[in-house]
Amino acid sequence: MRFYEFESRRIVERAGIPVTKYGFCTSADQARQAAEDIGGPVVIKSQVLTGGRMKAGGVKFADTPDEAAEHAADILELEINGHMPKGVLVDPKAEVAQEYYASVVWDGTRKCPLMLFSDMGGIDIEEVAEKHPDHVGRGHLSNLVDPPDFRAKEVISHTGVTGSALTRATPILARLARLMRDYDMTLAEINPLAQLADGSFVALDAHMEMENEARPRQKALLDDLGIDPTDMRDPYEPSDFERNVKAIDSADHRGVIQGKDHGFSGNLGLVIGAGGGSLTLTDAVRSQGGKPGNYTEIGGNPSVAKACGLAKEVLKKDGVEKIAVMMSIVSNTRVDIVARGVIKACLELGKDPGETIAIFRIPGAWEEEGFKILERYGVESCDRSVSMWEAAGRAVAKIQGAADPDTPGREAEEVAG
Amino acid sequence: MSVLLSEDFTFIVQGITGREAVNLTRECLDYGSKVVGGVTPGRKGRDVHGVPVFDTVEQVVDSLGYVPEGSVVTVPPAFTKDAVLEAIVRGIKLIVIVTERIPRRDVAQMVELANLRGARIIGPNCLGLIVPEVCKMGGIGGPAKDAAKAYTPGSIGVMSRSGGMTTEISSTLTAAGLGQSTAISIGGDAIIGSTYAELMPLFEADEQTQGIVIYTEPGGRMEAQLSEWVAENNSRLPIVAFMAGRFMDDEEMKGMSFGHAGTIVEGKEDTATEKIARLEAAGIPVVERIDEIPDAVKDNLGAKV
Repeated sequence: MRFYEFESRRIVERAGIPVTKYGFCTSADQARQAAEDIGGPVVIKSQVLTGGRMKAGGVKFADTPDEAAEHAADILELEINGHMPKGVLVDPKAEVAQEYYASVVWDGTRKCPLMLFSDMGGIDIEEVAEKHPDHVGRGHLSNLVDPPDFRAKEVISHTGVTGSALTRATPILARLARLMRDYDMTLAEINPLAQLADGSFVALDAHMEMENEARPRQKALLDDLGIDPTDMRDPYEPSDFERNVKAIDSADHRGVIQGKDHGFSGNLGLVIGAGGGSLTLTDAVRSQGGKPGNYTEIGGNPSVAKACGLAKEVLKKDGVEKIAVMMSIVSNTRVDIVARGVIKACLELGKDPGETIAIFRIPGAWEEEGFKILERYGVESCDRSVSMWEAAGRAVAKIQGAADPDTPGREAEEVAG
Repeated sequence: MSVLLSEDFTFIVQGITGREAVNLTRECLDYGSKVVGGVTPGRKGRDVHGVPVFDTVEQVVDSLGYVPEGSVVTVPPAFTKDAVLEAIVRGIKLIVIVTERIPRRDVAQMVELANLRGARIIGPNCLGLIVPEVCKMGGIGGPAKDAAKAYTPGSIGVMSRSGGMTTEISSTLTAAGLGQSTAISIGGDAIIGSTYAELMPLFEADEQTQGIVIYTEPGGRMEAQLSEWVAENNSRLPIVAFMAGRFMDDEEMKGMSFGHAGTIVEGKEDTATEKIARLEAAGIPVVERIDEIPDAVKDNLGAKV
């Protein structure tokens, strides 16, 4: 999950990293007050979880508290890339002598955290790494000991930084590494890390992302920041379909179902699984000209009610005409249970399972029982001798045959009618 | 021969009294695997399908009079790290972590300690591994009779980031008359104990193995690492890859996660398109369909001979 800038600011502050005196405000009056407290020129920044806010007019400068209030009022109403701001951050306009970059990320290949530091802060680090590799210091950390100061010192020294800048930046990078580990961040970044005219360092902007899997054990931090456990910080607002599938999943502990439809708007509903199978099947449908109406993952042996609930949600989606029920060979999930679930969904919605289910391709545990039930309702089912690609292709052919008035079959029917 | 497992391979199950673990134990025993003990704290004295349960790994070792070679760990995410550290410290050398949703920090700590102690971790978030008709360690392939349907002995090594797809691919190979030397579900997380490149030397050293099939996904650098390994090691083994999740390259899918925890595209290097290009540049053909794998393998085996 991604944190807002004002939250990231609090996180680095808690970790003992110096920050400017700032205010998080949700109204123009609060922004005026914050500007008064700060004294002098300020920056007002929109708090949105998306990039490009400078370009969009989400960052403005003010010389007086009244001006700050005015800008805050505008920015609070300004939608950026489809996101309304959570508030504004009021920050002093700092007198910066030099901008640095500091971050700690995971190196998946080495399987340990990697510290990065640059004396060319304020700009995109990838660009610096490409054009000025000697200005980027790197250093891996052991997972088994506390991130030590000396490693941070080494990394900073690789950029040629020395003197008081080195000794002052060292504890900041080391603390950043500790907070990254302690709070299960996948990214902990300060950019720019500013050295002010008096030689002191402050984190002017911070960007933190926490691993979702760690949220339960980071409850204390999240509570402290006032973040609701259900606030998933998705890159977009969940749809009704996504919300409903989630509710069905949480209502029953047996099995796991997930559903997404962001970016999907086709006529073929997908009731598919599991993790790798769903990726493979979605590709197979699209590569053969099919248009998925959604994406799902079934796993861990769901109950009939759960499979039924998922299939119903898919069938209720606008534009979905038929569903394809497909998985890679299952060993834990029972074929007959999924079969019962999807048939029940059709019947409860007053649809003919034989017409509605374009194909049922789930081979594996309890398949004989499952195929028998499907046969009774006239649903086309297939076992492992029919590949995932072929099953997806059959589903696509069926729905195109039904939807495309130019197909010879339909013409013949019309002539006959 | 095969990799990692053999006929006499002995292993335990940590968290053996859990519902999934009880099933897994039954399946492995039925397949002929030697499950020699189980651990669930507080449940000492019970048994699961005849396998004695202890409170600690130390007790299992004392009772057996030797250190079992492996452990399948299937305990809740909050307790997994402790269970794995216990196994490593008691001398177990092959640890399969079934549990999913373990934070990366824990995985990285377990892996680093395992490396220091000469142990190997497979997973987390995996179904384990199987040497057809010899030993099954974990839920891979499901009940023994189902596993026997999908997996047959042969010369192809299979590695897959998806547990289910390990079986789908092996079953497809089996149907085409291509058996497997060892099939490994390596896990779907961003950080795992053993990557393709880290397992390649084992297959390389295994006389039975003549070719490799991998199932890959967007996210991470594991495929790039394999491409580098192949380029540097002049491997005798032809590799065929299948890439799932190509649809995630679409603009509207950016930043979304599908499938496994590790399948989230974080940079420009880890998209499906980028990975396919890297694999192909390393001489690894990437097929679009699972059912194209057998022919691609046969073509490649021919090319290497």
